[in-house]
Amino acid sequence: MMASSYNAKDEDGIQPGSVGSGGPGAVKNRKPDNTAFKQQRLPAWQPILTAGTVLPAFFTIGLIFIPIGIGLFVTSNNIKEFEIDYTGVDKSSPCFHCSQNYSWNSTSACTCSVPFTLETSFESNVFMYYGLSNFYQNHRRYVKSRDDSQLNGDQSSLLNPSKECEPYRKSDEKTIAPCGAIANSLFNDTLELFHIHPNGNRTAIHLVKTGIAWWTDKHVKFRNPGGNNKNLSVAFQDTSKPVNWRKPVYELDPTDPDNNGFINEDFIVWMRTAALPTFRKLFRIIQKKKDSKTPTLQSGNYTLEVTYNYPVRSFDGRKRMILSTISWMGGKNPFLGIAYMTVGSVCFFLGVVLLIIHHKYGNRNNNADIPN
Amino acid sequence: MGSLLSACGLKKKKKAEENRHLRANDREFNFSFQYANNAIKTSRYNIFTFLPLNLFEQFQRLANAYFVFLLMLQLIPQISSLSWFTTVVPLLLVLSITLAKDLSDDITRHKNDKHVNNREVEVLIDGEVKKEKWMNVQVGDIVKLENNEFVTADLLLLSSSEPLNLVYIETAELDGETNLKVKQALTVTGDLGNDIQRLAAFKGEVHCEPPNNRLDRFTGTLTVSGETLALDNERILLRGCTLRNTEWCFGLVVFGGPDTKLMQNSGKTVFKRTSIDRLMNVLVMFIFGFLAFMCTILSIGNAIWEYQEGESFIAFLPRPDGANASLSAFLTFWSYVIILNTVVPISLYVSVEILRLGNSYFIDWDRKMYHVKSDTPAQARTTTLNEELGQIKYIFSDKTGTLTQNIMTFNRCSINGKSYGDVVDFAGQRVEITEKTEKVDFSWNPLADPKFSFYDHQLVEAVKQGSPAVQDFFRLLALCHTVMPEEKTEGELYYQAQSPDEGALVTAARNFGFVFRSRTPESISVMEMGVPTTYELLAVLDFNNVRKRMSVIVRSPKGRLILYCKGADTMIYERLHPSCSKIMEVTTEHLNEYAGEGLRTLALACKDLDEEKFAEWKQRHHVASTAMDDREAKLDAIYEEIEKDLQLLGASAVEDKLQDGVPQTIEQLAQADIKIWVLTGDKQETAENIGYSCNMLREEMKDIFIVAANTAAEVRKELVNARKKMSPESGDEPPIMKSRLWGKKSQVVEDEKVDGEYGLVINGHSLAFALQKDMQLELLRTACMCQTVICCRVTPLQKAQVVELVKKHKNAVTLAIGDGANDVSMIKTAHIGVGISGQEGMQAVLSSDFSFAQFRYLQRLLLVHGRWSYLRMCKFLRYFFYKNFTFTFVHFWYGFFCGFSAQTVYDEWFITLYNLVYTALPVIALSMFDQDVNDRWSFQYPQLYSPGQLNQYFSKMAFVRILLHSCYSSLILFFIPWAAMNDTVRDDGKEIADYQSFALLAQTCLLIAVNVQLGLDTCYWTAVNQFFLWGSLSVYFAVTFTMYSNGMYLIFTSSFPFIGAARNSLSQPNVWLTIFLTTILCSLPVVAQRFLFIQLKPTINDKVRHKVRQSKAMPLPPPRRFPRRRISTRRSGYAFSHARGYGDLVTSGGFLRIPIKTRPTIFPRSETPVADSTPQTYRAIYQESASS
Repeated sequence: MMASSYNAKDEDGIQPGSVGSGGPGAVKNRKPDNTAFKQQRLPAWQPILTAGTVLPAFFTIGLIFIPIGIGLFVTSNNIKEFEIDYTGVDKSSPCFHCSQNYSWNSTSACTCSVPFTLETSFESNVFMYYGLSNFYQNHRRYVKSRDDSQLNGDQSSLLNPSKECEPYRKSDEKTIAPCGAIANSLFNDTLELFHIHPNGNRTAIHLVKTGIAWWTDKHVKFRNPGGNNKNLSVAFQDTSKPVNWRKPVYELDPTDPDNNGFINEDFIVWMRTAALPTFRKLFRIIQKKKDSKTPTLQSGNYTLEVTYNYPVRSFDGRKRMILSTISWMGGKNPFLGIAYMTVGSVCFFLGVVLLIIHHKYGNRNNNADIPN
Repeated sequence: MGSLLSACGLKKKKKAEENRHLRANDREFNFSFQYANNAIKTSRYNIFTFLPLNLFEQFQRLANAYFVFLLMLQLIPQISSLSWFTTVVPLLLVLSITLAKDLSDDITRHKNDKHVNNREVEVLIDGEVKKEKWMNVQVGDIVKLENNEFVTADLLLLSSSEPLNLVYIETAELDGETNLKVKQALTVTGDLGNDIQRLAAFKGEVHCEPPNNRLDRFTGTLTVSGETLALDNERILLRGCTLRNTEWCFGLVVFGGPDTKLMQNSGKTVFKRTSIDRLMNVLVMFIFGFLAFMCTILSIGNAIWEYQEGESFIAFLPRPDGANASLSAFLTFWSYVIILNTVVPISLYVSVEILRLGNSYFIDWDRKMYHVKSDTPAQARTTTLNEELGQIKYIFSDKTGTLTQNIMTFNRCSINGKSYGDVVDFAGQRVEITEKTEKVDFSWNPLADPKFSFYDHQLVEAVKQGSPAVQDFFRLLALCHTVMPEEKTEGELYYQAQSPDEGALVTAARNFGFVFRSRTPESISVMEMGVPTTYELLAVLDFNNVRKRMSVIVRSPKGRLILYCKGADTMIYERLHPSCSKIMEVTTEHLNEYAGEGLRTLALACKDLDEEKFAEWKQRHHVASTAMDDREAKLDAIYEEIEKDLQLLGASAVEDKLQDGVPQTIEQLAQADIKIWVLTGDKQETAENIGYSCNMLREEMKDIFIVAANTAAEVRKELVNARKKMSPESGDEPPIMKSRLWGKKSQVVEDEKVDGEYGLVINGHSLAFALQKDMQLELLRTACMCQTVICCRVTPLQKAQVVELVKKHKNAVTLAIGDGANDVSMIKTAHIGVGISGQEGMQAVLSSDFSFAQFRYLQRLLLVHGRWSYLRMCKFLRYFFYKNFTFTFVHFWYGFFCGFSAQTVYDEWFITLYNLVYTALPVIALSMFDQDVNDRWSFQYPQLYSPGQLNQYFSKMAFVRILLHSCYSSLILFFIPWAAMNDTVRDDGKEIADYQSFALLAQTCLLIAVNVQLGLDTCYWTAVNQFFLWGSLSVYFAVTFTMYSNGMYLIFTSSFPFIGAARNSLSQPNVWLTIFLTTILCSLPVVAQRFLFIQLKPTINDKVRHKVRQSKAMPLPPPRRFPRRRISTRRSGYAFSHARGYGDLVTSGGFLRIPIKTRPTIFPRSETPVADSTPQTYRAIYQESASS
């Protein structure tokens, strides 16, 4: 412990005596300024990892995480979800024939109906999704194959879109609107849902097709060309429909001018490319009937009527229809709940282990003298 | 075209000059050759060339070139996976920062050039001597130089004020040697003298070699009126030298400005790199390999994907024409090179420079390294070596001027068995002498030197009372010496002493009333207690290394014939009269005491001579002194005869004043496990003595080996013996760790284990043998086992060799510290050179990397600044690599989910801004302000320094750990969001698992996780750290929301496609729960692991920090200790210079003819041992020339 350090008087800080001798016109010397910053004496908080801070932290995190995890898990479990794969891979599946003889150019739509049974009834709003698997919407070449300016209604981009759209930029000397691979591969199956009453009657279930896209997408990002011109076919003249499409963009929803053209919500939803090759996209909403005690979808038999347009068999893809309710934390996904519970438990366990270790070995450190 | 080229090209680069031809005083003639005039230009750019040239230079750097390469890759649409701005923005920033730095450097150079070019010199123009600027001096001009002026250009010496046309020059700026050199003009030109008319009419023609950089060679001829004379290096004064001891001289300009040998030699300053720099280069190479490895894996993945999936996915995602799986894989490789380029961080180099600069400023600003007396703050002259200060293992120190002040003070004396000099209080206790202690008042003596201070009043009382012994003592000091007095005005005395010791003794005698005033060859005039007395000087029995004593024989005015002798006690004691035995005993005790305090002692004796015997002796002396052969030995024998039966008068003790705080500093550094080697030009005894007094050699050391042998074999034997004694089991073959790195074979000698502390003293002669090739390693092994090594009588070259030896064969960082020109070589050789500033010579400082005024600041530089710098740099690098690897690896994992298509995980803007904005400032704050414990605790526990020496904070192992840690973090950061967002929707059923939301989530997780990691790494949370950390996070959110806002989208539609992502995603609870989860998962294992290590294997840092926490306050300043008294039997060195004295000069009186007024300094006070050891050879030359 006998370290010596040399501290001469002139070295440390202020010299009380020197003020008088210097007088008012003291010679300016090269002495560095005595500021906390320059002398590296800035006031600072210096936390260190001690048993007193680390162990409580572990226990607290454990105690916080486990309830959160349980809450999330319960919430997720309470969400009702029903999923049906209608790709038609099996020979027995109703859509098998549609999946087999598919061509982009066929004029007659192939339809198939898939029956299913809901074991429990769905109480609140039910959201209908279509899901695709093995579909690489996040492939770099795919993701960038679009022109946001065109989709934003920019007139010059409409006729002269970005090169990124190649090879879906021009067709027959005409500009494609909307251009690019994303738009070209727009999901175009039609799904309809029928409730089969026990008596055999079919009731079509009302599917709401608006309100499925982000507000920002619908109102800012996507805009039809030609401003307020309601006549979209004029606005889109001189453009050609995407190669794979059956109809031009201004006929996506002729019944509703606010859902037609670029601002068609099915289109907008599709254009928001997925992060992963397996994804689901909101297709329709089945709204809970107001002031009705009956569930939105009661348990029972249903039929899904599919107009089978979209080929996925070639790349081993799958098409699914999902019915789901939602909660404050979104759709059904037990992962977060399980993860929180696990992490919480591990923390708690680690806390105990560290506590034991601290008790057994820790004092060595605290009391040990530092060799000198 | 050709002519144009030649006009432009040849004008600038004249075809190599083969022969230089010039004529004195004929500007028109010389102008025809277009020789360069004397203007110099060290600046690199002018206004127009700055931008293109600088950019060209910058792109030659590997890192910058790499980014240009990336930029070019990005311009290929098939490859480009990122927008151009992700590379351009950082590159521009880096370029512009460097640009600004180079600009300011070049402006400084311009200023310096201007300053030098505008210096004035007298030039002979049109028969008149006119002041002219240096830059206007032309080849062929005749210039006049005066004493102490810089030589303007490379000159042919024509004539000088000195006899035989000699001039004395100091070449320190050229070769670092301070001893003066002699140049001599040709007689033909020398005859011109300072006759302006004749000089103006001088039409000599010079033919000589073209400009070159050989300092020691010059060939040419001078043709004067048909006569051709050979010219060699002896006639040439080189630019950069300084004229000394020469009133004036005339020279003919031969080479000017850029052609001078000084300028031809400049520009090869060694660029020092730190070990971290070298490690970083290795790591960057490794990273490149790693990058290629990752890209290869991903491109293989791409090939497989394209083959398996891509083929069938063509319906939705057609391939470009002609593309197949293998082409796609090839392109993907380059795409991933672009995406993963962040593992080779371009901003790393810039940030490293910034924080080194910052830490250099902290050194400049440190008040505790500011020396009040000389008004000198510490200065970091090189701003790129800071962290290496925290890794020093060996310090090589000069002695004179570094450890000692080179000031001798008369401190104690023992007269007739009574010791004087101590201050004793009433109880008889010794009192520490401080500045407050009352000094003896010498005002009764009008000739006293006011600077002299003495504290024991008894002595002056004794003198005043006329005690004969005391008076004799001082009379001896006033008479027996070879000091030159100089009395410009009445009573204002200056002594020019050959050694500072002698000066101190004569000054002491002067103050105690025996004032030495003047001398002639035959007499010495002394003012004895106010009475002018003149002694007849009969003989000077001079000093030499064998005799170790000097005597004078004088006749007092009363006719008494006395021999006064002073010398090493061993020498004097052998020649004492037996009657002195009693006083001898007491004096021996005193001598031991003085020696124990590290004082340099001399014994003084006198003897009355018999007139007849002396006459007879004088006769024989005359014979001996005129003997043709073996004169020295004969003289020694004659001297021996008369120097016997002496009466002991007493002993004097002179203190070689150490710089303040040297022993404490050395003790501190030793505790920090730094080995200190003293390399001094002094002789062994002096050096050993200083070694003791500054705590380097200690009594408690197990052994101190002294190697002083005369043959190589003996030296080797002594070294081996020493080594065997320290470590009996050490083998004959040095334990060499051979490693091949980048084709350079390095031999690293491992440290050997020794128990106990040892010291080694080796003299210059032995060192010369030991430094020979076959013995080097033996020396190194033995020396490195010792705690302290002292090398004496070392030449500047040997200093550098010793440093080089350790540098080459030890895996350790070396530091050399010195103050004089003789230290320049070692300062330049060592990893870090430190110069002591505020002294006269500036050469050491100019070639140093750090400079300050006092040796003691070294401990602060190393233990505080060095340690912090190293800590900060390592923390910075560890964190920087962590954050960039983590950032990049996420892309790697994402590759497996996006068909290896080189799709980025994050928004391009995030990629651009991540290093530049979002994470730049917090890490800078961390690496600027972080300190584990404050400076006082760093001093308290010097052991805190050792992690740096062992490279513990940043090494290849540490790098691998970072890699693994990043790997873990990136797995968490990718797969937790992946799992959490899988098939999830918003709380209104809408999309949230889309690419943009996922990117936003992943980048937010990443940013928060790396900031938390930063928080865990920060030990010292200043307001700035907090501000930067929270500021960066806020900036991130602000920028993100802004970039994803409607307005930005509507203005720059194609640049900001992420519109709405922030609003729609960050409003979701599960997004925040995911962020929270990833953060905890990233940081908890780190906390647990660190806590575990603190509990199980606490490092010294952990322990000290724990202690700081416990004590909550500053460490108590350690009690100030009195210098330890050594109970030593060692006798200290004696107060003489190393070389033969001036006895001859004094008696011959030759120099006394030199008029004093033209000699402000007869013996310029030379700072350095080298100069001491070659005492003023130029005088001797004059002597010879005058007598011949």
